[in-house]
Amino acid sequence: MDALAFYIFAALALSSAVGVVVSKNIVRTAICLLGTLGGVACLYFLLDANFLAAVQLIVYAGGTLILIVFGVMLTSQSPWVVFSPTRGQVVAACFVALLMATGLITLFISTDWPTGPAAPLTASPKVADVGTVLLTQYLAPFEVASVLLLVVMIGAAYLARSEKQ
Amino acid sequence: MSQITLPWVERSPEKLSSYRRKAIFRLILIGALHLGLAGAAALWLQPFNADELADWKIVPTLVFFVGALAAGLGLVTAGLAVAYYKQIGRLLLFSYTAFAIFCSAVVGVCLLVWLHAWLFHVVQHPVSKSTNEIAVIGIPYTMSVDDVYATISAVEIPFTGGRTLAIPLLAYLIWPLQFAFVRDVVALAGIIGFVSIIPAFGIWWERKVAGRIQSRMGPMRTGGWHGWAQSAADGIKLVFKEDLIPPTGDPLLFKLAVYIAFIPPLLAFIALPFASAWVFRDLDVALLFILAMLGIEVLGVILAGWASNNKWSVYGAMREACQMVSYEIPMGMALLIPVMMAGSLQLGGTEGIASQQAGGFWNWFVFANPWCFMAFFIYYTASLASCKRAPFDLPESESELVAGFLTEYSGMRWSLFFFGEYVAMYVVSGLAVILFLGGWGSGLPKEWMPTGDSLSDVFFRGLLFEGPLWFVIKTTALFYVQMWIRWTLPRVRIDQVLYSCVQVLLPLTMIVLLVNTLWILCTEHLKWAWLITLNTWLHWILVAIGVVVFLGCLGIASYGYRNNRRLVGSMAAVQLPGS
Repeated sequence: MDALAFYIFAALALSSAVGVVVSKNIVRTAICLLGTLGGVACLYFLLDANFLAAVQLIVYAGGTLILIVFGVMLTSQSPWVVFSPTRGQVVAACFVALLMATGLITLFISTDWPTGPAAPLTASPKVADVGTVLLTQYLAPFEVASVLLLVVMIGAAYLARSEKQ
Repeated sequence: MSQITLPWVERSPEKLSSYRRKAIFRLILIGALHLGLAGAAALWLQPFNADELADWKIVPTLVFFVGALAAGLGLVTAGLAVAYYKQIGRLLLFSYTAFAIFCSAVVGVCLLVWLHAWLFHVVQHPVSKSTNEIAVIGIPYTMSVDDVYATISAVEIPFTGGRTLAIPLLAYLIWPLQFAFVRDVVALAGIIGFVSIIPAFGIWWERKVAGRIQSRMGPMRTGGWHGWAQSAADGIKLVFKEDLIPPTGDPLLFKLAVYIAFIPPLLAFIALPFASAWVFRDLDVALLFILAMLGIEVLGVILAGWASNNKWSVYGAMREACQMVSYEIPMGMALLIPVMMAGSLQLGGTEGIASQQAGGFWNWFVFANPWCFMAFFIYYTASLASCKRAPFDLPESESELVAGFLTEYSGMRWSLFFFGEYVAMYVVSGLAVILFLGGWGSGLPKEWMPTGDSLSDVFFRGLLFEGPLWFVIKTTALFYVQMWIRWTLPRVRIDQVLYSCVQVLLPLTMIVLLVNTLWILCTEHLKWAWLITLNTWLHWILVAIGVVVFLGCLGIASYGYRNNRRLVGSMAAVQLPGS
C-alpha cells in the first residue's frame, strides 16, 4: 500500500515538474508547481514527517505560489504572459541545469545508501521535539534567519514606498 | 417537433393522488415480502441460536436474513414515511412536526454514535492488550470470529435481566471492523457523507435566515415543510444548466480552478476531530495542516478570476488575494494563543488542545484570560474574511462586480465553489470550537460524568458529556452566527478591509500575543501571587460575561419564536403554505 502511494505521489511530483519546465504560460507554470509541491508534501506525509509536510504546504503552496500568481496578475502587460527567452538565456539555463545535474548525480553515486531492512521507528518524532531543538540547540541560526527576513521586509517596504513621502 | 410533456405536472390531482396511493401500497407490499423472506430464513437458519449456526450457514444468513431484513425495513419505512408525509403530516401543526423531526434526528444520531463507538470498542478490546505486536509488524492484529464472539458474549444488554449479546451473527458482522482498511473506508464514507450534507443544509438554512432577518419567510414551497427540498431542487437545476466556458480565457485553468477551490476544504476534514477518537488521522500538526488547506483554497479563487479573462473576475480575484494575504497573518497569530496555552498543535487525542479544556465550560480557553477572549474574536473576524463571507465578501460583491470571480461560471462548476465555501465555513467554525470553546465537551462538570464501561454509561456519556454530537452542535451554532453577520452587516470597501486588517487587527493581535506570552510566563512559571489572583478574578468575570451572553441569546430567540408572526409580517404569515 505504501509503495503504491509512493509511486502515485512521485509520479504526480515528477510529471508536474516536467510541466513547470515545458509550460510557456507563467500561470500554468505556477499551477504545475503546486502539483510538484503537493506531491513532495505527500511524500513527506508518507515518511511520517508531518511537520515538514504541513510547513511545505503552508509556506510554498499557500504563500509563495499565491504571491507568484498575484505578482503576475499585477504586472502583466497582456492577458497571456508567455515566456520568450532569448538564445543567450537558453544557453545559460542549460549550462546551470547541466552543472546542477552533474553535482546531484555525483552525489547520488558517491553516497553509500543503506540497503538492508530499515530499523522500525519506535515512535515517530513529534513536532514538540522540533520546536525544542529549534529554540535551544539551533537558536543562533534561527535568530539569524529571522533577522534576515526582517531586513528583507524593511527593504521591501522601503522600495515600495511612494516617492512623495 | 413534438411538444415536451411532463406527465407529473399535467396529470390531474385525482390521478396524482391515486398514483401516490398505488406507490405507497407497492412500497409496503414489497417491503412486507422481504420481511416475510427474512422471517422464513430465520426459521430455517436460526441465526440467533449459538449451537445451530454452522459456518456454511453464514453466507445464506447474511443474504436471506440480514439483507432481506434491511431491505424490508427500509421499504416499509419509506412507504410509511410517504403516507405520513402526504396524508397525516398536513393535519398536524408544522412546528410540532419540525420539533418531532429534530428530536428524533438527535436521538437517531446519538444511537448511531453510540453503536459506532461500541462496535469499534468491541474489536479493539483484545487488540489493545497486544499493542507491541501491531507497532512492530505493521499488520493489524487479526482476531478470529471466535474471539469477537467471546468478547460480545461478556456484554450484558441493559434492562433485560442479565441477558448477554451472545449472538453468533453479530460476531460475523463485527469481525471485519478490526481491519485498518475497513475502518478507513468507513471513516472516509462518513466524512464524505457529512461534507456533502453541510452545503445542502447550509444553503437552505442561509436562505431561511436571510428571509427571517428581512421579514419574509424564505423558501417555503419546495418539498412542503419550510421548503426543505430547496437545495436538492437547486442542485438538479444546476446540473442541467449549460456549462459555459469562456473561449478567450484559459479553459484548462478555468476547469481546474473549481477543484482547487473545492478539494482543500474537504481535505481539512482529514485532521479535524469530531471527538477525541473521532478523527480520520490524528496528526500532531493538525492545526498547521488545516491552515495550509485553507490557504490553498484561495489559489482556486485567484485562478478562477484569472482564467475567466474577464475584468470583473480579475478584480474579484485581486481582492481575494489582497484580503487573504493580509488576513492570514492575524488569523494565524490569534490561533497561536490557544496553542501557547495548551503547548500542543494536536487537535484530537487525549492530550490535544480540546482535551485540555475538558470538564466544565469555565475551563474553555475563551474564558481563560482576557487575551484569549480577545484572540477568539480576532480569529472569528479573520475567519470570516478567509471564507469571503460578508462583510468581507469583496471577491464576489454582486452589487459592483457582477459576481466577481464567479462571473463566468455556471451550472455545477458554479455550485462547487459554494460547496467549497460552506465546507470552509464549517471548518473554520470547527477550529474555533476546538481551540477556544472546549471542542466536543458539553460544558457540564467532570464530576457528574459516568465513568463506567457498561452500555448505558457509554450512551449517557456520549449524549450529555462528550462526543461528536456536542462538536456538531457548537460548530453549527458558530456557522449560524456567520449567517447572522452576513445578513446584518453592510459590505465594507476594499480599502476599509485592508485598513481594518493591517492597521487595526494586526497591531492588536501582536499586542495580545506579546502580553499573553508574558502573562503565561508570570502566572505559570514565575508564579506572581498578585497576578494569579487577578487572573482568577478576570477568569470568573469572563465566565459571567459568557453566561450572560448565552442566556441573552436564548432569551431573544425565545422572544422571537413567540412573536414570529409579528416579526415575519401578517401578509406573509397568512398567505404562504406551511406558515
